[in-house]
Parts: sequence; C-alpha cells; structure tokens
Amino acid sequence: MKKMNTVIIVILLGVMTMGSSLPDGTALLLKVDQNMSSTNRVFESTMTINGKRNSRTIGSKTMSEGTKKSFTEYLSPASEKGTKMLKLKGQLWIYSPSTDRIIQISGNMLRQSVMGSDLSYEDMMDDRKLTDIYNAKVIGEEKIGDRNNYIVELTAKVEDVAYYKQKVWVDEERFVPLKEELYAKSGQLLKRVELRDVQKIQGRWFPTSIVYKDMLKDGNGTEFKMINIKFNQTIPDYIFTKAALKQ
Amino acid sequence: MIKFLFKGILHDKSRSLLPIIVVSIGVLLTVILYCWLKGIMGESIVMNANFSTGHVKVMTRAYAKDAEQMPNDLAILKVTKQLNELMSSYPEMDWVKRIRFGGLIDFPDAKGETRAQGPVVGWAIDLLSPQSKEGVRFNLEKSLVAGKLPTKPGEAIISDLFAVKFHVKPGDKFTLFGTTMNGGMAFKNLTIAGTIRFGSVALDRGAIITDISDTQAALEMDDAAGEILGFLNTNQYDDEQAVLVKNSFNKKYSNVKDDYAPVMITLREQSGMAEYIDYVNAVGSMMIVIFVLAMSIVLWNAGLLGGLRRYNEFGVRLALGEDKNHIYRTIIYEGLFIGAIGSVVGTVLGLGASYYLQTVGFNIGGVMKNSSMLMPSVARAVITPTAYYIGFIPGLFSMVLGNALSGIGIYKRNTATLFKELEA
Repeated sequence: MKKMNTVIIVILLGVMTMGSSLPDGTALLLKVDQNMSSTNRVFESTMTINGKRNSRTIGSKTMSEGTKKSFTEYLSPASEKGTKMLKLKGQLWIYSPSTDRIIQISGNMLRQSVMGSDLSYEDMMDDRKLTDIYNAKVIGEEKIGDRNNYIVELTAKVEDVAYYKQKVWVDEERFVPLKEELYAKSGQLLKRVELRDVQKIQGRWFPTSIVYKDMLKDGNGTEFKMINIKFNQTIPDYIFTKAALKQ
Repeated sequence: MIKFLFKGILHDKSRSLLPIIVVSIGVLLTVILYCWLKGIMGESIVMNANFSTGHVKVMTRAYAKDAEQMPNDLAILKVTKQLNELMSSYPEMDWVKRIRFGGLIDFPDAKGETRAQGPVVGWAIDLLSPQSKEGVRFNLEKSLVAGKLPTKPGEAIISDLFAVKFHVKPGDKFTLFGTTMNGGMAFKNLTIAGTIRFGSVALDRGAIITDISDTQAALEMDDAAGEILGFLNTNQYDDEQAVLVKNSFNKKYSNVKDDYAPVMITLREQSGMAEYIDYVNAVGSMMIVIFVLAMSIVLWNAGLLGGLRRYNEFGVRLALGEDKNHIYRTIIYEGLFIGAIGSVVGTVLGLGASYYLQTVGFNIGGVMKNSSMLMPSVARAVITPTAYYIGFIPGLFSMVLGNALSGIGIYKRNTATLFKELEA
C-alpha cells in the first residue's frame, strides 16, 4: 500500500512539474515588453507593400517617445516625400505638403490601411505595452525555424484594443515574438505577423523585419524593415508638436 | 347581329351599367398601378444607369469581382485607348470614363487644421468638355441648390445636405483625402463650386462630384479609370441590345487570361438590378392576374344575376327556336362589348389619374432615410405606350370569362318544360 502511495505521489509530482515547465504568462510578457518597449527610439524604415498588381517601397524616419508620442516623416517615393504623421495621446494628424494641410484622422478612418499596406492607422498608433492591455496565458511550445517558442494566448483586459485576442509565439531564450496571430472578438483571424531578423541592439533583442498580412485583403502582405534603429536618444520636444508637421 | 347587341346594351341599362362600372373601376386601378410601378421602376433604373451602372459597363476582371468596393488599384490602364476602341466598335453608343471613389472631405479652420470632416462617395466624371453629356445624366443643372456648376479644374460640387451639416458654402475650400491608385495617401485641395440636391437619400447623405481630370491627378490615375460606361442611343435600357453588345465585346477577350483584361457587363447584371427588375415585373404580372381573377368572380356574379333576371328572355328565345349555342355566343359578344366600353372608360380615367401622379408624385424621402439604393425621393407614375392597352387585357378577359361562366346555365334549360315555365 505504501509503495502504491509513493507511486501516485511521484506521478502527481511529475504531472505538476510538467505543468510548471511552462512559464507564467504575465512574467513572460514582461520580458517581451522589456525588449520591445523603450523610453524612446529613432529609426529609419522601409515598408514594401506587395499589392495585387504591383509592389512598392516607402521609406520613412520615425521618432517615438514612450507609447504616446510618435512622429513619422516619409522620405520616398517622390509622391509621398514630405508627408508627415504625428501621434499624440491617441490622436493622429497627417500633413500633406501638396495641399499644405494638417488633417486629423479619427473614428473609422483609423481602421483604414496606411498607404495601401496591411497595416491600419490603428496598428501604427497602438504602441502600448502588452502587459498593460492583455492578460497572458502560456498554452504550449512550438519551434519556428531553429528557435524554440512559447505559444502565448493574449486576451484583452481593456476595451480600446484593435484585436481582442492574440496568439504570440515568443522565443524562449530571447523573449522576442517571432509570430503573431491577431483575432477579432468573434474569433476571426484578422492579421498574421511574422517577425524576423532578430538582432541584439543596445543590449536588447529586437526584430528588424516584420511581415504583416491582412487576412481580409488580397495581396501578398507588407514587409516592414527597420534599417537603423537607436534606443534612448535625445529627441527635442518640439518634434511632437503640430508645428513640426509643417517644418 | 352586332348592331342588335349594341342596341340592346345601350337601351337596357340594367344589363350593362353595373358591369361597365365594375370593369371601368378595375381597369382604372390596373392602369394606375401599372403606371405607378413603371414610374418607380423606370426612374430608379434610369437613375441607377446614369449614376452607377450605365446600360453596359466595362471594367477589368479583377475590378469587376469587387466592383462594389470601388477598387481603383485594379482600374483600367490606358483608358483612352480602350475608350477609342469602344467608340469605333460601337459608334451608336455613348461611352464615358468614370472613377468612383470613397474618401474624406476635410474642411479647414483659419490655421489650416481640421475644423470638420465627413466621409463621402465620389463620382469623377467629364464635367468640363463642352460635348459631354454627363451633366445631363446627373441632372446637375436642375439639381443645383446654390452656386454654379464647375467651369474649371479644381472645382467640385457637393451635396447640399452635407454643406448644411458642415456650414460651408460655394467658394469655400476643402481637402479631399483618400487613397491613390497605388495605395498611397491622396490629398487634393478643391473649391466648392455649387451644392446640389439629387433627390435620392442615398446620394444626398454625402456625395461629391469632381471633374475626372482632378480625380485622376489626386488618385495618381494618369490615363486610368475605374469604369467605362456605355449608354444606348435611345437612352432607355434595352436588355436585348445590351446583351448583344456585351457578348460581342467579351468575345474579343475570351482567350485572354489576364486578370486585368476588360470585361463588359450589362445593367441587369449589376448591383442587384436583375432581382429588382424581375421583382417589379413579377409584382406587375401578379397584380394583373389577381385582378383578372377577382374581376371574373365579381362579373360572374353579375352575369348570374343578369342571367336570372333574363331567365324569361332566354326561355322565350329558346321557345322561339333559337339555338342554345347562338344564345351563348350572343352573351359572350355582349361581354366583349361591355368589356370594351368599360376598358375604354377605365383606361381614360386611369390615364388621367396617372398623368396627375406623373406630374405631382409622392414624396417618399421620409421612408428612404437610411436607404443605400438609388431611388428618387419623389416617386412618380409614368405613362408608357403599354399603359394605353394594358387595362384592356383584364377588362375584356374578365367580362368575357364572367359571362362565359354564368352563361353555362343556358345549357341546363330543358326545352320540354319551357312553356310550363313561361305559363307559371
């Protein structure tokens, strides 16, 4: 009988140990946030939109501070050069040099595609830390390429999120997401994101190439490449003002 | 015999007055309902053709799949060449290029920042060429509420309700914000030339009409257009003719595998128009069938009453040796005459009432507030050539059928007992 009890205890302990091999979701998400979020960042990027009929690449320079301030200037092609976008606390303004107008984007327009890409204005605006807006639960493990990943299920804990649910594949060593699936509340898959070319920049792991695919749209997705990214830079305050849009 | 029957109908009013009144009322209703249905259907079809569908429409195959979304990234390239080909292949039709687009109208404050903005549906049409018929198709002149029609590039017309909502007037500037053909951001500063009320709730909620050259520049659609619309020279949609043109055009591209090759579709094949046309036709036919049946029952009843009243007359005629078939035939002829008289009276009255409805109409704007279908907000009847004879079908048929049914009783009379009946 004693032997039997010992066997049961060993089995139970084994099962419990197996369960605890998956880390706590929130703790994992904190590590992801430490890599992906920063006090501020400055980067140049290219966005290649692989449309149904053709592909085109848009170059831009972005400066952002925390999760609430961001300024982007489009550098190429010629038709987009000089267009600027300013995000301040959930509001978005666009300046167009051809009309010399500053236009505010709000409401349903925020769900529209940016420059015909697979990203919406809402996607570009929402830079909040994942831990601030999602509850996390690690549900399994899966390999992507030669990297082991935890599969984390995120469920929104605030109302104003673009995607109610996310499934994120997080690199087990670097704590960087390598794949994301973004879902509506109805459970419909809206977007699939692949994060590649993870590099160590200023002590943190960071993906420098992100491929977005809007699942409700034809086309072959949008590739967003960060050419030169620097964290914790000095950004003058006036950059995050509407006056800077016209300069 | 005809003269004899006619005299009988005229002199014996109790034989003809009630049936003529019943037939007249029935025919009157038929004519009014027919003209009313034709009016609503016709105006809606004309409006849809002029604003949206044309009698035929050419798009790229890829555009046609999602035409409702106005996917200008899939527009026809080298549209001038395509247009010229259509003009030379089908010179009897009028061909026009158009761009339909969605976007945002943004009205600036003194600093040039957003004061107010709202979503719009846009039509880019040829407004500035002197030979263009597009202004007439959109009924622009008559629909103008304030200002004038655009006379130079950079001017646009917006719906009056929109102008009132955003407190803007002719002469004010605004920015059109949308998406270029390549998916980029499109910005274009325009001036309000005039404000317009189309008379269709779906359009008056928020529409903008620009010259196509302005929109091509704004949306980076150089020598490109979303659609080419073809209009038959009669200006009336003729499905048979439209299908002939469509088949001949599509045949030229049947072996081309390119997803951006042009494809032509008829009005009937667009945006639920087939269902709409079929529905209205079905309702029209059903109305006439129901009317004929109801009238036949009423007239059968009237015929039976007449038959009873003329029981003795038929008895005498049979006793005098008149053939049963002959009497039955005369009853049918009588029905034919009464039906014809009732039909003439009903048609004249029906046409009069329809003419009134054609001129004055009914305002149905209130019930169409949230409608997205292109329907006029004032529903009117229309008198078509068919209206002159449509009432005769139920008018004659029901009277003849009524008399035929009630006249069967003659064959049940027993000649041997006729004198006994007459003596009684």
